[in-house]
Amino acid sequence: MSKRITINPITRLEGHGKIEIFLDDAGDVERAFLQIPELRGFETFCLGRPAEEMARITPRICGVCPTAHHIASTKCLDDLWHVDPPPTAKKLRELVYSAFMCEDHFLHFYFLGGPDFVVGPTAPATERNILGVIAKVGLDIAGQVIAMRRKCRELIETMAGKVIHPVFGLPGGVSKGITEEQRLEFLKTAETAVEFAQFSLNLFNDVVLKNDDYVKLILDDAYAHRTNYMGLVDENNKVNFYDGHVRVVGPDGDEFARFAPRDYTDHFAEHVEPWSYVTFPYLKSKGWKGFVDGPDSGVVRAAPLARCNVADGMATPLAQAAYEKMYETLGGKPAHATLAFHWARLVEALYAAERMKELLEDPEITGTDIRTEPTRTPDEGIGIVEAPRGTLVHHYFTDDNGVLTKVNLIVATNFNAAPIAMSVEKAAKGMIKGGKVNDGLLNMVEMAFRAYDPCHACATHSLPGQMPLVARVYDSTGKTIKELRR
Amino acid sequence: MAKPKVAFYWCASCGGCEETIVDLAEDILKVVEAVDIVLWPVALDFKLKDVKAWKPGEVAVAFINGAVRLSEQEEWVKLLREKCSLVVAFGSCAHLGGIPGLANATTRDEIIANKYLRAPTVNNPEGTVPQEKSKVNGFELELPNFWKDVKALDEVIDVDYYLPGCPPPFETVATAVNAILENKLPPKGSVIAPEKALCETCPRNESKPDDLTITSFKRLATSTPDPEKCFLADGFLCMGPATRGGCGERCINGNMPCRGCFGPTPDVLDAGLKMLSAVASRGAADTEQASQDFADSLVDPLGTLYRFSLPVSMLRRRLVPTGDNQ
Ligand code: SF4
Ligand code: SF4
Repeated sequence: MSKRITINPITRLEGHGKIEIFLDDAGDVERAFLQIPELRGFETFCLGRPAEEMARITPRICGVCPTAHHIASTKCLDDLWHVDPPPTAKKLRELVYSAFMCEDHFLHFYFLGGPDFVVGPTAPATERNILGVIAKVGLDIAGQVIAMRRKCRELIETMAGKVIHPVFGLPGGVSKGITEEQRLEFLKTAETAVEFAQFSLNLFNDVVLKNDDYVKLILDDAYAHRTNYMGLVDENNKVNFYDGHVRVVGPDGDEFARFAPRDYTDHFAEHVEPWSYVTFPYLKSKGWKGFVDGPDSGVVRAAPLARCNVADGMATPLAQAAYEKMYETLGGKPAHATLAFHWARLVEALYAAERMKELLEDPEITGTDIRTEPTRTPDEGIGIVEAPRGTLVHHYFTDDNGVLTKVNLIVATNFNAAPIAMSVEKAAKGMIKGGKVNDGLLNMVEMAFRAYDPCHACATHSLPGQMPLVARVYDSTGKTIKELRR
Repeated sequence: MAKPKVAFYWCASCGGCEETIVDLAEDILKVVEAVDIVLWPVALDFKLKDVKAWKPGEVAVAFINGAVRLSEQEEWVKLLREKCSLVVAFGSCAHLGGIPGLANATTRDEIIANKYLRAPTVNNPEGTVPQEKSKVNGFELELPNFWKDVKALDEVIDVDYYLPGCPPPFETVATAVNAILENKLPPKGSVIAPEKALCETCPRNESKPDDLTITSFKRLATSTPDPEKCFLADGFLCMGPATRGGCGERCINGNMPCRGCFGPTPDVLDAGLKMLSAVASRGAADTEQASQDFADSLVDPLGTLYRFSLPVSMLRRRLVPTGDNQ
C-alpha cells in the first residue's frame, strides 16, 4: 500500500513551500519533493522600465529581505552604467547592509530557527515558538532582541528612507549621506549590536553546545550533505556580504572556482523541472546530475555556513575567534552539517555588527561626496550580494537609453532549492520508518529546511515564528488514513 | 465583555505587510491583549475548515493583504467576507494591485517564456516549463495555476476600509486598530489616511513655486536630486501632487521622489491620469518639437504613473492579441 504525506504550510502564493513525501509499501520514504508554487514574473513586467527604478521595484520580491534586493540592484546599476561610486557612497551602502544583515540574523535566530534549539526540537508544538524562547531565556532578553532589531531598523530608515523597501541607492552612489550627529548615534547602536551578538553566541554555547543531545543532532548524518559551497569573499578570501568575488569550494573544501560577478554566466546554469516554479542552478562545468550530493554533483549550497566554508575566515577579530571555535567543534572545514547554519548565522551577525562599528569609526563615512553621476552609455550590468539566505544575483540588459530589455534574477532560495529538497528527503528518510509518523518527526523534517531560512518560507518570519503544518497520510486509493496537524 | 475577534489573511504579497506587523514590536503584545486573533496563517494554525465553522459576523474584522491571483485566494477572501463584519484591504497590493499588478502589462505566456526558456542562465533544451499536473517516476504532483490578471481586493469582494502604503507605516496600523476597537469608524469605503495630497505636508513644499513650469524631466540615473528642493521644481517626476499624504514622507526623507504607493487622493479616480494632466499643464513647450521632447523626457509613463495602481486604473491591463493563451 503506497502512502502519500503532504506537508503544506498554509496557503500563500508568494511565500510558501509544499513538501510531498511518498512512502513505499513498507512505509519507508521512497521520494520526497519540495515544491514552490511561486511565480510572479518580475523578469517580465520590469521590461520597459527605466533601469534605475529597479532598485525601488525589486525589493517587492521579498518584504523580509528588501534591502538585499535593493543593494544587489544598486550594484547592478553601477555596472550597467560603468560607474564606480565614491568611497563614502560604498561605505554608506555597506553600513545599511550590515545593519540589515545583523537584524535579520537576530530575527532568524530568536524568532524562527532558534526555538528548535533553545526550546528543543521535540518539545510540544505549543512551546516551540518565540513565546517558548521567552519562557526559557526570560522576558528581559526578548525585550533586548526587540530593541536591538528596532535600532538597526531605525538606522536603515534614517539612511535609506524606508526600512521595508529602501530607496536611497542610485547608479554611482546614494541619494543621501549622514551627519556627524547621526554617526555618533549609530555608533552606539553598533556597539550594542556587537555586545548582543557576543551574548547570543554565549547563549548558543550554554543552551545548545553544552547539551550532548543537541550536538549529536547537529552532527547527525540525517542532516548532513557533502555538497559544493559558494559565497562572496574579499581580496583576502574573508567573508563579505556587500562586495567581492564569488568563490566556490568542492565538498572536500578545495577551491573549485573564484570569479568576478561579471562572469557568473560562465559558471552557473539553471535547470527546470515541471513540478516546481523555482529553477535549480548548478555548476556548469559539473553539469546537472539531479538531486544528489557528492564530488560529481553540480549542486551548490549558499547561505551562512556556505559562506563560512568558502572563506578563509572573518575580516573582524571577534567574529574570527568565533569562526575558529565553530570549526574546531564541527571537526574542521568544510562543515556539511546543515543544522550548523544556525551557528554560522550567529558568527555572521557578530561580523555584521563589528563591520557596522568599523564603518562608523571611519571618518570618510560622513563625507559629502556620495555620488559619481554616470556619463557612459548603459548596456549590461550584473550585481551580486550575499543576502542573509545566500548569494543573490541581479542581471540587467538595457537599450542605449537605459530602458530594460532583459532581466535575470537568481535569488538565494534558487541556489538552495535543490539542496533544500535533498535535505528534506534525507531527513524524511532518516526520521520516518515503517510508516511511523508523528509530530516531532515532522518537525525534524521541517527543521531540515528551516536551517536554510528559505525565503519562500518568509511566511514564518513572524510571531510566534512557526510554520503551521498539516500532514496527511493517504492509502493507495487516495483515502486519508491519518491526519496530523499543529 | 469578550474580546473582539480579528483575522489576518494574505494573498499575493511580498511579506512586507506582515513585517510591518512584526515592526509593531512591543505594541503587538498590547494588540494581543485587546483582541483575539482567530486567523493568522503566518503564525497560527487555523484551517479553511475552522473558518467555515465561524458564524457570519462572528469575527469583527479581517485585514487582508496582497493582490488576488488564484482561485484558492478568491475562495478564501469570499469566505472571510461572509464571516467578518468588516474587511480592511491592507497595503498597496490589496488596495490598488500594487507592484505585482504591473504584470497586467504583460501576459502569462511571456512570463513563462522569459523565466524558463529565454533567461541567460537557463539550460533547457527540451523546453520544460512548470505544469499544473506532472508525473515524476509515477508520483503525481500539482502546482496552482494563475489568473491572467492580477486583481485588487475590491475587484473580488466588497471592502469596507483601505489601509494604504507599500507597506503601510506601522503608526497607521495602530491608528486603524484603535479606531476599530473604539468604534470610531469613518464612513464605509474610506481610505484610512489623510485626504490631502502628499505635497501639502511635504517638507519641500515651500520650494514648489505656484507657477511651476517643467521643460524636461531629468533621470535619476544620471542626475542627483537637490537635498532640499521640491523634486518637481528640480525637474524630477514626483507623484506627490496626485498621491494621498500620511506616509510620513518616507521616500522624500530618503531624498527620492514619491512613486505613489498611497494611491490617489479622494477626489481622484485615476492617479496616473491626474498626474499626467498636472504635468501636461506645467509643461513649458511652445513648439511641436519642444512638446515632443518634453513627452519623450518622461520615460515609461505607464510604469511610473501607474507603479502601484495599474489593476485599478482606467487602463487596467495591456490589450492582449487574440490567440495568446494566457
Ligand atoms: S512634488 Fe514631491 S517634493 Fe514637491 S512638494 Fe510635492 S511631494 Fe514634495
Ligand atoms: S513618498 Fe510616496 S511612494 Fe514613498 S512611501 Fe510615501 S506615498 Fe509611498
